[in-house]
Amino acid sequence: MVMVSRGFQGRWRQPGAGLIPPGQYLVDEFPVLTARPTPSIDLEDWDVTVTDETGARVARWTWHEFRALAVEESAVEIDCVTKWSELETRWTGVSVDTLLEEVDTDAGYVIAFAERDYTTNLPLADVVEGQAWVALGYDGAEPEAEHGAAARPLVPHLYFWKSAQWLRGLRLSHEDEPDFWESVGYQNYGDPWREQRYWGD
Amino acid sequence: MRWLVATVAETIPETRVAVSLRLDVLDWPGHRAGQHVDVKLTAEDGYSAQRSYSVASRPGAEQVELTVVRIDNGEVSPYLTTVIEAGDQLELRGPIGGYFVWEGDDTRPVVLVGGGSGVVPLMAMLRHHAGLDHPAPMRLIYSVRTRSDILYRDELDRLVNQHRSVTMTLTREAPVGWSGHVGRVDRDVLSQLAWPPSEKPRSYVCGPTPFVEAVADALVALGHDPADVRTERFGPTGGG
Repeated sequence: MVMVSRGFQGRWRQPGAGLIPPGQYLVDEFPVLTARPTPSIDLEDWDVTVTDETGARVARWTWHEFRALAVEESAVEIDCVTKWSELETRWTGVSVDTLLEEVDTDAGYVIAFAERDYTTNLPLADVVEGQAWVALGYDGAEPEAEHGAAARPLVPHLYFWKSAQWLRGLRLSHEDEPDFWESVGYQNYGDPWREQRYWGD
Repeated sequence: MRWLVATVAETIPETRVAVSLRLDVLDWPGHRAGQHVDVKLTAEDGYSAQRSYSVASRPGAEQVELTVVRIDNGEVSPYLTTVIEAGDQLELRGPIGGYFVWEGDDTRPVVLVGGGSGVVPLMAMLRHHAGLDHPAPMRLIYSVRTRSDILYRDELDRLVNQHRSVTMTLTREAPVGWSGHVGRVDRDVLSQLAWPPSEKPRSYVCGPTPFVEAVADALVALGHDPADVRTERFGPTGGG
């Protein structure tokens, strides 16, 4: 049963509103959502690593090495579980395919880990074949600290919390592991088109 | 998580642009202080819009109270602050968020820092603290632009006792007779009003992004453990 809200018109049914997933609304500038203070990162100490499902470190890049990797431009829609969506956000980043190029794995999942113990769990199939990047630049500039300094995973087809901030590495795993946000009430996979926001969705 | 039917029991004007809605929610499972809900409005042609609002009422209260600040050119907040009235119904689901919560399960000092409508989830914590007559020292630092923007003013005055304190600071103007602080919540203010890091306080910071960034950075710079500084931010969306 649909409940009609007496007197509610809805002012924003702009052309193209059907392009965004149910329950979302469009914004022009995406806001920030983190649960703890923004860390300051010393790029001299920063690195990003890939660990395979046996626990072996199979790749590592320093900031300078990472900056030397081939980058791609992407223009993608982002959908935040807190309801806002932005169309055509422009990013420059390294494809996750590039990071996993030399890695031989049977893992089904990847855990992106970030500064301050943030983790994000994803099926490996969701981050390969051109679906995910590690962003180095946003809208022509490097990401501001509060938007995820240095390098931010970008998995635009899932809710934006899956794009964990302040990436430090990828760990491959046979097991799915609930992430920071999932442990406090958010859905495990986070498909915006199925409105998988919260536990039980 | 399923949608619940909420009936407006009462609308309470808070400021020129803010209204608290007291809601009777069928099958409300209860909430923790600091959590929020999603509200869904549906137009006659089936178009619907959703937004998130923090719960202002204390856990265990009979009604769920939301405080909504009207945003110019917003879509949902003008409806909730000027159109809706007692007896109207809306859809709601929640509670949501298990991190920005104060449970009252220990007696560590608590510092609450709110900017503008960021005070709403902190009000749930203060009310919870009062309802439990909790011995943990709790301190609210509340930053607003002008005196007329203060939410819950009379109730905040009444909540002050030997375990709870409230400090307000105005960032835009200091009217004649104003005895509170003036200016932004900066490192100096926090070093005076937040407990020192050695007391292991928990901090909850909520407000617009630049406010939260500044306060959280200042707390960390003063030596507070980042893991004890919990933040909730409102983006510059104008989306409400």
